[in-house]
Amino acid sequence: MANTQLLGLFEDPQKVADAMGELKGAGFPVEDLDIYSGSPFPEGAFGEHEAEHRLFMFPLVGALIGFSIGLLWTAGTQISYPLITGGKPILSIPPMTIIMYENTMLGAILFTVLGVLFESRLPKRDLGLYDERITEGYIGIYVDCPVERAGAAEAVLNSNGAEEIKKA
Amino acid sequence: MYYRRTLTEAQINQQLLGTVLTTPLWWIVLVSLLGIVVAGAVGAVGWMINQGLGVTGLRQPVFWGFFITNFIFWVGISHAGVMISAILRLSQAEWRRPMVRAAETMTVFALMASLAMPLVHAGRPWRIFYWVFPYDWARGIWPDVRSPLVWDPIAITTYLTSSMLFVYTALIPDLAIIRDRSTGWRRSVYGALSLGWHGNPRQWKIQGFAGILLSALILPVFVSVHSIVSWDFSVSLVPSWHVTIFAPYFVIGAVHSGVSAVVTLMIIMRKLYKLENFIWEEHIDALARLLMVVALAWMFLFWLDLVFALWLREEQEITVWMLRMFEPPWSWLFFLFFMFSFVIPVPLWMFRRVRRSFTWMLWTSLLVNFGMFLERFLIIVPALMRKGPQTFTYATYRPSPVEFTIIFGTIALVCFLLLIFSKFFPLIPLWEEKEGQLLIDHVKVGNVYVPALVKEH
Repeated sequence: MANTQLLGLFEDPQKVADAMGELKGAGFPVEDLDIYSGSPFPEGAFGEHEAEHRLFMFPLVGALIGFSIGLLWTAGTQISYPLITGGKPILSIPPMTIIMYENTMLGAILFTVLGVLFESRLPKRDLGLYDERITEGYIGIYVDCPVERAGAAEAVLNSNGAEEIKKA
Repeated sequence: MYYRRTLTEAQINQQLLGTVLTTPLWWIVLVSLLGIVVAGAVGAVGWMINQGLGVTGLRQPVFWGFFITNFIFWVGISHAGVMISAILRLSQAEWRRPMVRAAETMTVFALMASLAMPLVHAGRPWRIFYWVFPYDWARGIWPDVRSPLVWDPIAITTYLTSSMLFVYTALIPDLAIIRDRSTGWRRSVYGALSLGWHGNPRQWKIQGFAGILLSALILPVFVSVHSIVSWDFSVSLVPSWHVTIFAPYFVIGAVHSGVSAVVTLMIIMRKLYKLENFIWEEHIDALARLLMVVALAWMFLFWLDLVFALWLREEQEITVWMLRMFEPPWSWLFFLFFMFSFVIPVPLWMFRRVRRSFTWMLWTSLLVNFGMFLERFLIIVPALMRKGPQTFTYATYRPSPVEFTIIFGTIALVCFLLLIFSKFFPLIPLWEEKEGQLLIDHVKVGNVYVPALVKEH
């Protein structure tokens, strides 16, 4: 069964919330509906699908990797090319902790950014069905539905005051 | 209380993308002038490489002069940018919105300027790589990880990478806004940079978490980097440098000069980019109050540094402090540093009228930074020109025109890079301003309307 996409553009956030409610009531699964906006609205403002994410895991993994690299680098270089000082251990722990700490933090930050991209489902090569007015105050309702239900979705969007409806 | 001007999304786009979508004449003139100064500094560096470090004022025993002073100065400036942004993001302070991007960007460019300084200071810049990177695999020679020459580049590159990622992550939604307002090759470039951002609830949610998470991660990095810079000094045996208080003293000094630099930047930005609708007296007032707290904390640590030196009753320590405080020309510089960094600005900031005056705040913040440059200079130079049992020379230091040219060049470089950045990216985050418009309302209490902020938990 072929699918089609629609994008309804609205100016009033309340109309968006009403249209979303009606679309869900008409049997459109919430996972197939999306909202595009130029600024962040409070979560659940439009009754949209609540996104689950595991962003908090990424810095932990990154920190572990960064720490390991720091440990291998500092300990590895000192063991491989020892600078022997009488009465002192080969591994000089205090300066090692400085480098290990920085590497840990760098790993955590790098992986957080990677996590942000992954959890935001970015990068996307193609914008798909989109309208430039979204970044100028319009709010878009994106509907992915079977072709034969496109008419019903369009009717809901129209009845709730969509300024324009674009189709893929 | 913040009486936010009511603006539509289209108006915010129009007002904040002014220099991105068009090129004003003043921008061309300023960039050209600053470019000339930067070119002059590059020429001075070339001359110095060609002639050797003899063209500077560096002489035995003072081998750390203006370049290292400037390195510490710019690292310090870079610190407050991210600190302000991260703390305000973490605390969800409403007044953060117009200042976070500019502060973060200043961090990046100030760090670039500071990174250039040790390279220039080396005299033969390419040789610095021998100290930091493995350069001779065949003979198995590795840099010694126990050396501050290794800690420092690692800390600063970590901070630079983190700051750049911090700026970029928060920039993505704004890049999409510019993409939607551009045509031709610009649209392709901004399209690629915005990574296909749509602005759906998932992306906004992650963007919000990212701001908090990255702020929490970058704050300890900011503290660690300036601590590590201070350890370059305190692991040495130079009197007045090897004190345990140096790390917090450096960090708070960095915050003092950095927050002042943010104030300067905000006021100049407001004037140049006509940002009266976004940067108000309330913002500068809030920063001034923060500056008072920071200045007092800095003064406390400065005092501790002095007390620790005197408490030891070490002749060498006392000699350095006597030199700094009582022997001209150092005593004059010390007087200026103390007046500019603390005595003049802090009492002035106690007056609400001063805190809310853009002119007063511009000049006092500039004074602080001039004073803080002198502070770093006075930490470094008199300590090195001390007379000690192992030191057979007792020379003074006078920076040469080459050094002055390079120092002015770095100031011009940071301004130049900020202007170039502002040509391609907005200095105030549009999406954050839009969010602010969305979440604020005014409620009537008795006869007055007061701002009521809606916050998400």
